[in-house]
Amino acid sequence: MPEVALAATGLEKWFGEGEARTWAVRGIGFEAFLGEMLYIVGPSGSGKTTLLSMISGILKPDAGSVAVEGKDIWSSSPNDIADFRLNKVGFVFQDFHLFPKLTTMENVAIPLIFKKMDWDLSMKSAVEFLDAVGLAGKAALPPNKLSGGEQQRVAIARALVGGPDLLIFDEPTASLDGTTGKRIIDFVKNKFLNDKRCILIVTHDSRIYGYADRIIAMEDGQIVKIMSGGEIED
Amino acid sequence: MKGILRVALKLLVNDRGKFAALIVGITFAMFLIVQLTSIFSGILTKASATIINIGSKVWVMDPSLQNPLNTIPMPSYVLDLVKSIDGVKYAVPLYSGVGLVKLKDGNWQPATVLGLDDATLVGRPALLEGKIDDIFGADAFIIAKDEDYPKLESPQIGTTFEINDHRSVIVGIAKAPVGGLFGIPTLYTTYNRAVQYLPNTRYTIAYILVEPKSEADIPGILEAVKKTGYLGLTRGEFEKKVSNYYIFQTGVGTNILMMTFISFLVGMSISGQTFYTFVLENLEKFGALKAIGARNSELVYMILCQASFSALTGYGLGVGLSALLIAVGKKYVPNYTAEIGFWNLGLALVMVFVVAAFSSLIAVRKVMTVQPFDIFRG
Ligand SMILES: Nc1ncnc2c1ncn2[C@@H]1O[C@H](COP(=O)(O)OP(=O)(O)OP(=O)(O)O)[C@@H](O)[C@H]1O
Ligand SMILES: [Mg+2]
Repeated sequence: MPEVALAATGLEKWFGEGEARTWAVRGIGFEAFLGEMLYIVGPSGSGKTTLLSMISGILKPDAGSVAVEGKDIWSSSPNDIADFRLNKVGFVFQDFHLFPKLTTMENVAIPLIFKKMDWDLSMKSAVEFLDAVGLAGKAALPPNKLSGGEQQRVAIARALVGGPDLLIFDEPTASLDGTTGKRIIDFVKNKFLNDKRCILIVTHDSRIYGYADRIIAMEDGQIVKIMSGGEIED
Repeated sequence: MKGILRVALKLLVNDRGKFAALIVGITFAMFLIVQLTSIFSGILTKASATIINIGSKVWVMDPSLQNPLNTIPMPSYVLDLVKSIDGVKYAVPLYSGVGLVKLKDGNWQPATVLGLDDATLVGRPALLEGKIDDIFGADAFIIAKDEDYPKLESPQIGTTFEINDHRSVIVGIAKAPVGGLFGIPTLYTTYNRAVQYLPNTRYTIAYILVEPKSEADIPGILEAVKKTGYLGLTRGEFEKKVSNYYIFQTGVGTNILMMTFISFLVGMSISGQTFYTFVLENLEKFGALKAIGARNSELVYMILCQASFSALTGYGLGVGLSALLIAVGKKYVPNYTAEIGFWNLGLALVMVFVVAAFSSLIAVRKVMTVQPFDIFRG
């Protein structure tokens, strides 16, 4: 039995008040396990990003809980939640959000610097992770000198450098062509998925469904189906 | 936190264009503030030239006196009263008036004439040339070598001219630590000769210079002078009184301070605006940092570091530039007056921090309200 990475129960989120109230997520519960690559799929507006934000400590749910290591993250203080994100979660944003005025290496080192790691050690570690994503040679360049695919790999290195238990991607292949998209997911899965880590991917892209261990299908803020391994269709 | 500081500064400095605009704005404002206030201090010091050059510890004067140019003579019994006050070592009169010097070309040049007590010469200047005792010789005057010295055609020892139709001869050339504000030369002579040469009202004592037996006697002496109906001031108090006159009664002060305030506003708007744009442009990145796990307090710290770093850099450059210009000005511009003192530097420092605080405040508010969720949603 794999270990539970996080357990979401009764998650709800709505935006606006009164007449204008729209439900983004209603009554979602599921478990994510260490060692698995879990997808969240669904049509646009179905609440995927909202759900991802709530389980990664970015958006406070209106109801429900997210238990990590048996503790509800949303019952802690804002600083503790920030620390949770810093120490346990690695984010790869859809448009990367790298700092154009810092070098690639410094960009990757950011989480370590906020963990108050010594500067030189942070840089050393950042270069190791750049090496792991095949970009060691670009450490001293600013990110805007890199191609889109390379920038994404920088973002991946930044997400990984702090050794997170939970690695989160939002639409990782949206700005990549089919083959590059597949290649990067394959790469991430083979290289960075292990039994101490859970990788969560939100995507529209059915071309990469094959890499998932399980897929949560959402519609209208609710889970309509959870598929595992063999039963994944496109 | 050192690493965070380093990241913050790199983000700031590597954004060359904006950083340059920011620094230029602050430097310019600081330059103007220091420059204007220094000129102002220079003017105030010059206004107190007589007080500084004579150097008496305690001054007695008519209570309605406002500035050293217009003295109000006191009757001689006041001198006797002051002499008899407890704690007074000695008290002597000082004459101060303006005489008209007739130049060789037939033009007239006004000059301040200071008459020193005949018996003691209290308040006498240090001489560059000549002997002080020659002041007792016939028609003798000593001239101060200040910026206005050339206006009497740079007289040498032995040069003669007429003051108010009386023959006069220069017997000494004196050091003048501070030149006067009014752009006229200063002549020293004895009290009796001054009274004789210059037209006078019934009374002739402009000030009484008092030397106390000890510093501790000063408050008592001032108190006793007050009882006689006259005004006793320490040197510092007298300078302050003169300063206040120019600040509040002449418009010089208000106008310069107004200009200072305007430079401050201009500097504040330029740098506040630039800093705000800088933060605004990096807002998404700050949001991403929040998502990654930076605490609000750490982001505030980054912004404060960036703002203070810009502020201090601009302050340093502005003060440096000002000091340079003042040095050049003093060398090449006659009668140029500007003094950088602790108060100008302090005032500029306070102002630059107000600018920094104001700029960071609006930036911080913006950054605090960024929702990482919005960054996430793209
Ligand atoms: N800040 C917000 N204010 C108002 N409504 C919001 C907000 N964020 C999300 N919503 C609404 O919540 C619903 C779910 O949004 P969400 O971004 O989670 O969808 P999604 O599944 O990620 O869509 P996409 O595939 O287009 O990214 C949508 O109807 C959206 O309009
Ligand atoms: Mg989305």
